[in-house]
Amino acid sequence: MYRYDELDQAFVDERVEEFRDQTRRHLAGELSEDEFRPLRLRNGLYLQRHAPMLRIAIPYGLMRSAQLRKLADIARRYDRGYGHFTTRQNLQLNWPALAAVPDILAELATVQMHAIQTSGNCVRNVTADHLAGIAPGEVDDPRPYCEIVRQWATLHPEFTYLPRKFKIAVTGSGEDRAASEVHDIGLHLVRDAAGSLGFAVLVGGGLGRAPVIGALIREFLPLAELLGYLEAILRVYNRHGRRDNIHKARIKVLVKALGPARFRDEVEAEWQAGRGSAPLLTVAEIERMRAFFRPPPYESRADQDVTRGREPRFAAWYRYNTRAHRVPGYRAVIVSLKAHGANPGDATAEQMVAVADLAERVSFGLIRTTHSQNLLLADVPQSELYEVWRELEGHDLAMPNIGTLTDLIACPGLDFCSLANAGTLGVAHDIQRYFDDLDYLYDLGNIEIKMSGCMNACGHHHVGHIGILGVDKHGEEWYQISLGGSANGFTALGEVIGPSVPKRDVAATIGRIVEVYRALRAADEPFIDTLRRVGLEPFRAGAYALHPQAA
Amino acid sequence: MRYILRRREIVADDWSHLGEKCAEDGALIVPLAELRAEAARWRAWRGPLGVRIAPADAPENLIPELPRLGLVAVEFPNPGDGRGYSQGRLLRTRLGFRGELRAVGAGVKRDQVFLLARCGFDAIELAPGEDLEAARRALGRYSVAYQPGAGGVALARQRFPAS
Repeated sequence: MYRYDELDQAFVDERVEEFRDQTRRHLAGELSEDEFRPLRLRNGLYLQRHAPMLRIAIPYGLMRSAQLRKLADIARRYDRGYGHFTTRQNLQLNWPALAAVPDILAELATVQMHAIQTSGNCVRNVTADHLAGIAPGEVDDPRPYCEIVRQWATLHPEFTYLPRKFKIAVTGSGEDRAASEVHDIGLHLVRDAAGSLGFAVLVGGGLGRAPVIGALIREFLPLAELLGYLEAILRVYNRHGRRDNIHKARIKVLVKALGPARFRDEVEAEWQAGRGSAPLLTVAEIERMRAFFRPPPYESRADQDVTRGREPRFAAWYRYNTRAHRVPGYRAVIVSLKAHGANPGDATAEQMVAVADLAERVSFGLIRTTHSQNLLLADVPQSELYEVWRELEGHDLAMPNIGTLTDLIACPGLDFCSLANAGTLGVAHDIQRYFDDLDYLYDLGNIEIKMSGCMNACGHHHVGHIGILGVDKHGEEWYQISLGGSANGFTALGEVIGPSVPKRDVAATIGRIVEVYRALRAADEPFIDTLRRVGLEPFRAGAYALHPQAA
Repeated sequence: MRYILRRREIVADDWSHLGEKCAEDGALIVPLAELRAEAARWRAWRGPLGVRIAPADAPENLIPELPRLGLVAVEFPNPGDGRGYSQGRLLRTRLGFRGELRAVGAGVKRDQVFLLARCGFDAIELAPGEDLEAARRALGRYSVAYQPGAGGVALARQRFPAS
């Protein structure tokens, strides 16, 4: 993985000192809250419902054991001993003290981490496929390009005060595990007819109030042109994006207003005109970056049947929580942060340390975070899997539910977030309780539930097979349910099925929806395929069948 | 007397904005709309002439006037409105403007000056009440940068040079 050189280290150290000075001025009354807000946001610091929230960047979801241990250490010493991993692969601390944040950032800098641009109207953490570099059939590893984009976007002098936040995701596989089509820019590594590497460029995707799937504006962009083309997109957006209404300020609104074709023409013209002053991405720089992401020193191994003679629970874990690896004898292990009874995506300091230690022993000392709010050990020898499972079981990190209905995504909701209209964690716990029978979960197969506590859609509810959106009805928490969304490869936005339901009925309503699926499915047909085949109507009818109180 | 940051020095401002006291052959900054409305009058102005542009103005439209202009003042109405960074960068790079590029307005604060200098602003007229000396120091806040940029600050190193 990437290691800081003296330039990177000097930069983050200077950034910490700048923020220390800004925090001091704010606490001394020299910077009003209005003046301080854009500065603290660009350092990851929100003021939430109960306390500040600090969002720490985990660039493209990759970290070393020492970094995860430091996160655990910070969670213990500056917070309440846990953290929340997000859909954008970052870590959120929910209870730091404002005055301590500069010290936390200084601690992060000692392990080459930071919280720069994890919020605010600027380019955010660049995210990637969590199976980057190990997925069979990958075109190329997206992470070197993510790191290049991260550096280019860091305190970019021209693009640090954009109309609105700006999110970029990069993938190198056919299957989109990074939700790139609902990002402001999605970059897909592709090869042209001559075999050269480049990017397909999508622009203007996004969720929130008006969800949109990104428009393809360029089928092939040569690697060397990456930064020049990004500058062109950002410049068109920075100059012409709306600033009069926060709800109309994302780039998707500009792309829609101009139409994708005219937007593309503007970008192409800007790109051509900007040649000569745009940053140059040399072959040498690309190769330097790629060298950081070379495959680890795998041993020569063979694939083996690791479940033979083992207990069924291990076999289930192997089936649901591990993934194929392009190197024989290895598997990727998903560390489930979706134990029933736990908050989705949360990990305690003890769990973080356990995963960090385990990674050091069996996975080259590297840990990844996933878009679906789990952790991942990418390079585990198959011969170690049984021991890894036992260890994870001991830390409540082996819930064998990945890809099933209870591997649900949820934002922190009303319990923490000052934007939320409704709680998500209580509903998640209701769903976990309702679907606590693993055999039933396995029978239902792959079902993705995504839940947001408000229309800002941090829980990506629009692209859940089943989407749940919390709404406020006269001070009560109600939930709108949508069906048919998807974010991987065939991106689709879900459709609201009808009136919202009260909190106590959400899990049972989902129960009725999945029973409709069980009644209508063809053999081995996944939920989303049945839904697409038969349409929404039977599900709508089933969902409200026993529901006279819905309004 | 107003003081500004010019390059890395605090200096007395030798320009006036239209409406401020100015000698007949003094250096005067005129809003773009006024410059257009009274084109003949300002063509005949005997002193150095500058223009003040608003966030929505396209720098490309200044091409006919640029040779006559000794200064372009770019307005930042608040710190969050970042259009001026693009305007400044375009004036310096694409349009080749060599005169004084000045950031003006209520959004010009000490926490912005590093970015402004990197975008090619060589003069900074701070918002009222801002501490000039602190802003001057803030120009040196970072010793490194990743992107190509103007030489308004002393950088030890940049990662991606301009093509």
